[in-house]
Amino acid sequence: MGMSRRQFLQGGALAAAGVALSGKPGEASADAPVTRIKGLKASTTICPFCAVGCGLLVHTKNGKVVNIEGDPQHPINQGALCSKGSSMYQIAVNDKRLQKVMYRAPGSDRFEEKSWDWALDKISMRMKETRDKTFKVNELNKKDNKEYVVNRTEGMAFFGGAGLDNEECYLWAKFARAMGVSQLEHQARL
Amino acid sequence: MTNHWIDLKNSDAILIIGCNPAENHPISFKWIEEAMDKGAKLIVVDPRYTRSASKSDIYAQIRPGTDIAFLGGMINYALQNNLIHEEYVRDYTNATFLISEKFDFQDGLFCSFDDQEKTYDAKSWAYETGPDGKPKRDLSMKNPRSVLQLMKKHFSRYNVDMVCSITGTNKEDYIKVAQAFCATGRADKAGTLLYAMGITQSTHGTQNVRATAMLQMLLGNIGIAGGGVNALRGESNVQGSTDYGLLFHLLPGYLKSPEFDNVDLKAYIEKWTPVTKDSKSANWWGNTPKYITSLLKAWYGDNATAANDFCYSYLPKRMGSFSYSKIMEKMLKGDLEGLVCMGMNPAVGGPDSGNARVALSKLKWLVTVDLWETETSIFWKRPGVNPKDIQTEVFMLPAASSIEKEGSISNSGRWAQWRYKAVEPVGKSMSDLWIIDQFFKRVRNLYTKEKGAFPEPITKLAWNYGNGHEPDVHLVAKEINGYFTKDTTIVDKDKTLEFKKGDQVPMFKYLQADGSTVSGNWLYCASYTKDGNQMARRDQSDPTGLGMFPKWSWCWPVNRRVLYNRASVNMAGEPLNPKKVVIAWDALEKKWKGDVPDGPWPPMKDDKEGKYPFIMLPEGHGRLYALDLKDGPFPEHYEPMESPARNLLSKTQNSPVVKVPKNVSSNLSKFPFIGTTYRMTEHWQTGGMTRSVPWLVELVPDMFVEISESLAKQKGFQKGDKVKVTTERGSIEAVVLITSRLKPFNVEGKMIEQVGMPWHFGYAGTAKGDSANMLTPSVGCANTSIPEFKAFLCNIEKGGSKA
Repeated sequence: MGMSRRQFLQGGALAAAGVALSGKPGEASADAPVTRIKGLKASTTICPFCAVGCGLLVHTKNGKVVNIEGDPQHPINQGALCSKGSSMYQIAVNDKRLQKVMYRAPGSDRFEEKSWDWALDKISMRMKETRDKTFKVNELNKKDNKEYVVNRTEGMAFFGGAGLDNEECYLWAKFARAMGVSQLEHQARL
Repeated sequence: MTNHWIDLKNSDAILIIGCNPAENHPISFKWIEEAMDKGAKLIVVDPRYTRSASKSDIYAQIRPGTDIAFLGGMINYALQNNLIHEEYVRDYTNATFLISEKFDFQDGLFCSFDDQEKTYDAKSWAYETGPDGKPKRDLSMKNPRSVLQLMKKHFSRYNVDMVCSITGTNKEDYIKVAQAFCATGRADKAGTLLYAMGITQSTHGTQNVRATAMLQMLLGNIGIAGGGVNALRGESNVQGSTDYGLLFHLLPGYLKSPEFDNVDLKAYIEKWTPVTKDSKSANWWGNTPKYITSLLKAWYGDNATAANDFCYSYLPKRMGSFSYSKIMEKMLKGDLEGLVCMGMNPAVGGPDSGNARVALSKLKWLVTVDLWETETSIFWKRPGVNPKDIQTEVFMLPAASSIEKEGSISNSGRWAQWRYKAVEPVGKSMSDLWIIDQFFKRVRNLYTKEKGAFPEPITKLAWNYGNGHEPDVHLVAKEINGYFTKDTTIVDKDKTLEFKKGDQVPMFKYLQADGSTVSGNWLYCASYTKDGNQMARRDQSDPTGLGMFPKWSWCWPVNRRVLYNRASVNMAGEPLNPKKVVIAWDALEKKWKGDVPDGPWPPMKDDKEGKYPFIMLPEGHGRLYALDLKDGPFPEHYEPMESPARNLLSKTQNSPVVKVPKNVSSNLSKFPFIGTTYRMTEHWQTGGMTRSVPWLVELVPDMFVEISESLAKQKGFQKGDKVKVTTERGSIEAVVLITSRLKPFNVEGKMIEQVGMPWHFGYAGTAKGDSANMLTPSVGCANTSIPEFKAFLCNIEKGGSKA
């Protein structure tokens, strides 16, 4: 039969709409989108996996995610999602997600829970100690045998960013360079 | 991508080489199929018969790492059979430019190669210039020193027989590919080229990309609907993170990070601002002074003044390379104290992971920020090590997921799309924005209270994002766009524009070099204006019918949906293809219609104001011949560092400018098979985001390697057997999957088998497995340092015990 996948899907959608419009209770209309999401709050988002940038709708009730599905108004994916995008709900609701700040002391064989305050104070101290200790003001260029001012923190590197929002990437770059970190790299180099 | 996802529907021929969108960008196939429904030909070139290949009209097998031979052959085919789009090539590319007499190419080496330093002197590849300082041109393109003739000569060696003996491709398949794709070298046809890491992850990755761009320029396929060179980016915001300069050599907006000899702002500007003597060249990077000054104003606010060089001295200056691989080498030597990983997992994601894991143990402190435990955050208790022996202090911080915070991300088609916060972060997790803000404020606090090294870059940093619990993301977005720092009057042709202090800058052409504007990233100027947050727009109108959706979200630059669109019209501004009009010049109204044009100037034939279409280059013409790469002006085929073949084209076996590390081996008696890595739909990158998601774990629970039926027979493997794969770097075990999708390659008459594997696995999470990157070599592209993950040599044996 000379029918493309697209025509087939369009036909399917029309058939499903027919069932819904008939108003007869039955298996097909029990899962009609309108019934399923009634009373829920919806907000839009973009998929966090690949860079196609598919739109999704997040349905919440009393501050909890109850459903996530493709955004039918989004021009790129028109409601469709791949297996990863379809699993977005299990990122939101997942008992393996990290929920606490964890710390592992040197030589220890386990993590222990700490407060944000404690960890952030320690981290900022480590960053300052390393910066102060390894800050390089001048560097010799072997080609012309001259010293140049470089103002770099040699003992610290920052990685990552492809999973951050643009505004986060921006502050990450701003913070890194202010810290004198030249060793700033991320997934785009791999 | 020069174009964008929906634009794929406008193509007449789609060439997929070095990517597998059916699996890795599945929804893109919606638009590929739409093109196919209208008669487009789908061509897939890949070492494996992928899911993308299963949908293709033409499939051609290629040995990993031989893309330049394949694409060079297509360039030769187009040139020899006169299939190029001649008008486009003459008017819009540097095919007409004459090259200096010094240029030469002998036996795999370009001229001016320094064998000691392993570098070229790129000056000897320069254009020949006339007395007016402009490059000399020959519009007939017949001069033997013209780029077109040099190119013809260079690629004449890439004839079909030579190419197929290098790539292992069946000759009939190869000719079908060349015919089908080169048929788009005319005004009424569009061909698009899609690539990803199959092209970039190579010691000659940049030249692979160049070969794709050259082919597309020869066929007149850049700037048009359904055309372009389209890199399919793998992470949701890797486009944005690159735009924001999270790489050692960049600042936001692709400004270069300062080098040691850019001693002050003047020297920086002189070094990085290209100049042209051709008034028809827009030379867009000529605006560098405006963009760097606006960036410094965004970073140092009122502290940045003309008198103090806008605090330029606060920026760190680089000497040499700080690429990912260099940093890992330094870490392995114990020369690094601290590392912060924001959602990055070097224990799995980088090459030679075994060494990367040892390197982590040399750190004094490590901070990880993730949604789940990763191999990096638990490296100190990984299988086979005693935690007591590892002295690294580890802080594992829980991050909010994408639906638990607000902000924008940029997709592969450069659309910056806004995401909303649907719920509070789970448990005590926090947004990355909050975490970075806390890092900064606490460090600043320490430097305010205590003495320390050069505190001013920190204590004087402008950081004004409200008084809330976390930074106001809208204030950050507004600073990125930029605003005026004082009342300003700008005369723009016949208009006089008045701006008040604090007004958002409408677009980057109004940014200034005198400190009167702030812009954190000039490329995103126009994303957040007086009309509000453009990235949050949801207008579904599509006036051209080409799928540009100009009022849906916002894309850089200035909402231009197709880059280099001035090349989609002739010199009079008339569309080359009247059926798919991206832009057109309205001579009556004296303005462009359609997409946002690549600059407001009238068409090129306007002698006074017309401009060339390739506005980012000082010569304004697309570069078929490159001037500033480390490995030559034309792509040349070299074998991957680990290869079963000798280079049939020249005596130069590997890229001459790439230094070979110690743990690389082409000993075929030890490692007789070609190894390659790839991704799949059900998992993602290092698996941190998918291997703890039950639905996905159920779909793909185990690490596996794929081999051909013939290799299985030769080795006596049954489907599901445990096998061990070994390279010079290490060994992994996996379940073997025997498939007819993989076939051996013909290498000089000998059949060489391949072993394929996903790189998504590791020892953390719900679904665990060995990491493919334990096997891959840490050797990278001459220009970018991107590692050669795609082509290495390995052995495979029965039995699961690791070496």
